[in-house]
Amino acid sequence: MLTVSVYRYNPEADEAPYMQDFPFDSEGKDLMVLDVLEKLKVIDPSLVFRRSCREGVCGSDGVNISGKNGLACITPLSEAVRDDKLVIRPLPGLPVVRDLVIDMSQFYAQYEKIKPYMMNESAPPEKERLQSQEDRAKLDGLYECILCACCSTACPSFWWNPDKFIGPSGLLQAYRFLADTRDTATEERLTDLQDPFSVFRCHGIMNCVQVCPKGLNPTKAIGHIRTMLVKNAL
Amino acid sequence: MEFDAVIVGGGGSGMRAALQLAQSGYNTAVITKVFPTRSHTVSAQGGITCAIASEDPDDQWQWHMYDTVKGSDYIGDQEAIEYMCQTGPQAVFEVEHMGLPFSRNDSGRIYQRPFGGQSKDFGKGGQAARTCAAADRTGHALLHTLYQGNLRNKTVFLTEWFAVDIVKNADSSVVGVIAINIESGETVFVSSKATVFATGGAGRIYASTTNAHICTGDGIGMSLRAGYPVQDIEMWQFHPTGIHGAGTLVTEGCRGEGGYLVNKDGERFMERYAPNAKDLAGRDVVARSMVLEILEGRGCGKEKDHVYLKLDHLGEETLNAKLPGILELSRTFAHADPVKEPIPVVPTCHYMMGGIPTNVDGQALTIDSQGNDEVIDGFYACGEAACVSVHGANRLGGNSLLDLIVFGRASGLFIENQLKEGISHSDAGSDDIDFAMERLNKINNSKSGEKAPVLRAELQTIMQNYFGVFRRGDYMKKGVEKLDELRGRVENVYLEDKSNAFNTARIEALELQNLFETAYATAIAAEGRTESRGAHAREDFQERDDENWLCHSIYMPGQREIGKRPVNMTLKTMEPFEPKVRTY
Ligand SMILES: Cc1cc2nc3c(=O)[nH]c(=O)nc-3n(C[C@H](O)[C@H](O)[C@H](O)COP(=O)(O)OP(=O)(O)OC[C@H]3O[C@@H](n4cnc5c(N)ncnc54)[C@H](O)[C@@H]3O)c2cc1C
Ligand code: SF4
Ligand code: SF4
Ligand code: FES
Repeated sequence: MLTVSVYRYNPEADEAPYMQDFPFDSEGKDLMVLDVLEKLKVIDPSLVFRRSCREGVCGSDGVNISGKNGLACITPLSEAVRDDKLVIRPLPGLPVVRDLVIDMSQFYAQYEKIKPYMMNESAPPEKERLQSQEDRAKLDGLYECILCACCSTACPSFWWNPDKFIGPSGLLQAYRFLADTRDTATEERLTDLQDPFSVFRCHGIMNCVQVCPKGLNPTKAIGHIRTMLVKNAL
Repeated sequence: MEFDAVIVGGGGSGMRAALQLAQSGYNTAVITKVFPTRSHTVSAQGGITCAIASEDPDDQWQWHMYDTVKGSDYIGDQEAIEYMCQTGPQAVFEVEHMGLPFSRNDSGRIYQRPFGGQSKDFGKGGQAARTCAAADRTGHALLHTLYQGNLRNKTVFLTEWFAVDIVKNADSSVVGVIAINIESGETVFVSSKATVFATGGAGRIYASTTNAHICTGDGIGMSLRAGYPVQDIEMWQFHPTGIHGAGTLVTEGCRGEGGYLVNKDGERFMERYAPNAKDLAGRDVVARSMVLEILEGRGCGKEKDHVYLKLDHLGEETLNAKLPGILELSRTFAHADPVKEPIPVVPTCHYMMGGIPTNVDGQALTIDSQGNDEVIDGFYACGEAACVSVHGANRLGGNSLLDLIVFGRASGLFIENQLKEGISHSDAGSDDIDFAMERLNKINNSKSGEKAPVLRAELQTIMQNYFGVFRRGDYMKKGVEKLDELRGRVENVYLEDKSNAFNTARIEALELQNLFETAYATAIAAEGRTESRGAHAREDFQERDDENWLCHSIYMPGQREIGKRPVNMTLKTMEPFEPKVRTY
């Protein structure tokens, strides 16, 4: 028997958040944490969390599992349970809407700030724009981001300045466009990031890298941006 | 709230339609129950099939068209298929220009891989490689690119809003939807000059599916409740390679890259069933062959209830480059590392070929009392929720993503022109709105009954057992009886938690009723079509019956029975393809 301890908060009913313990029998199966939540929801339909794809590609169910940010749908119990206990909390640092659901508007606002779309004002060719395999390879490790927010909500710099520091996820995407040979707005993008907060609040703590469920490396991307910013300033 | 156009659905098709309208400066809103990039399109792996002539400079869209018509087992509308295959390249190049990070070939063009059912030269020139891919994350790349394009063009996103039901005015025009803001629980009438349903599929009617939790057929449910028909809804694609136990998909691209299926004896059994195309025969053919292997005792594992997909012979380097996402999924959900061992797979519900009937402009259709098509004023559909119909009785791999961008775009273009000319509807009266609110009110006032997850599980089991890969009249009759019994219980579903803020139990109750309507229509149509065609395989009617069934089925919600609608064979550029025996 397992104890699943879940963060509960319903703004209409609860004065303050609390942890609720559910006894849970996994019948010896190495279920995913999302399966556990789904089963708990049958018992208590008022338990609230986001989910969609259940295979780690949509980024809906980022939560804090036994102290570490991750996706509930691809985190097996064997990785998450300690001493027969599983603790599930919302991602830290952003306001809680209800139970495990956080308000992600600040996270999305930072994403929008980096102009996350390709800019190239030259008239497009009749067919596709060509790109060599080597140039395309520069986007690997960048374009796969699923906007789950596991990284940004694990980043102390983002906790302190969620309105000014773009955060690891947004910066990874900023670099995704800087690195794309088809994008011609490098100058504009770098100018936008030049202030002391947007990029320079990153202190290389690497929490982001440790938690990214897609194995991406925002710190490295941030390093590249820094280099570009420095060169650009010269 | 009032908009020029409201698109219900932020998947690939909805966002492509929205983009078209927002670019042209129309006040466009997308209602989506999840943040747009969490829509199911994100899961698409293999790619977008389209004759862009990159891998083969001689490729022609007419060959793609031939494959698609054949794949559909001849009940795909040839006019729509012609439009899709011909316009496809332009639609693909547009999303590339928008930034979609396609994989590339040596000459820097978009990488294309072979997929099932693809041929050169009208079936005479061997296997083609026509599926445009961004590694095995094409859906992710497409969906993010489209979201980014919409951000740039200032589309209004009503994110985490749930559309409940259609609102019609006194003239029976569709004038918008009732929608709930999930976060606050606030319910509003979102009014619109054009309402587009891009609500995706409904794989969750089955117990085992590759589809996301959110694929609950909401558009189908809303449309049926409004009295509109659905077409070819008995046609459900079972994808050959869902991971045994988990249901998670491994793309057909695996077989495109050279993987193949084996039974417990290690035999590459598809060589027996489809000597030419082998593992790349049509999906319906491969799925049925797998089930036959299992039924005949040649399945793998302790229970002999699955077969293996072998990839290890392709080598680690190729797998890392071409199928990185599959390695991840297989390690997580099958506990198998494809670099070293085969993946246990089984046919799994994957795609809804049927849906809301539309013309190539995305206008939704109903059937008048004389049996003629009638455009429903104000109402449009595209994507998996629609049946335009390009997939007929069996969809070819990679043709859905193409369908999304071609017909999302076409709907947008058509509505744009309508808006230019001016659209005016009479407003909905308070009676009209009250009518559309009835279902939600009933759930909100429920005092007893059964919980949604329990009823949902029962529904899924019925569909899995009675309406699966192989179907039989007497079984299906029993299935329909069970559904008839379930109907009242679903209509009286109990919502215990009446709170407003982010109440997902309320959403699940509403979704359950949509699942039910979709499942019910499926059951009636499946029982009614007394032949085998494409994905619809009957043990009691094993042959295709072109004399009686070379047509669409149309399920009418009022009568709860099916009628027939002719297949469109009027082509603009060539002679139609006449039905032939389908072999691979
Ligand atoms: C695992 C997997 C892999 C696939 N791979 C491929 C592939 O490689 N190539 C290919 O061509 N096809 C593939 N397909 C099929 C293809 O991905 C889907 O058919 C397609 O993405 C559907 O897109 P859509 O725009 O119609 O709907 P979806 O992407 O499903 O989007 C539906 C949208 O509607 C919204 N919505 C639904 N109901 C409501 C409501 N009541 N209120 C508000 N919003 C609502 C949702 O929030 C969502 O935004 C795959 C499918 C699966 C399951
Ligand atoms: S490396 Fe930078 S972005 Fe990543 S967690 Fe640390 S401070 Fe945040
Ligand atoms: S970088 Fe990784 S952790 Fe951060 S949002 Fe993207 S996928 Fe999630
Ligand atoms: S549910 Fe999609 S990432 Fe977990």
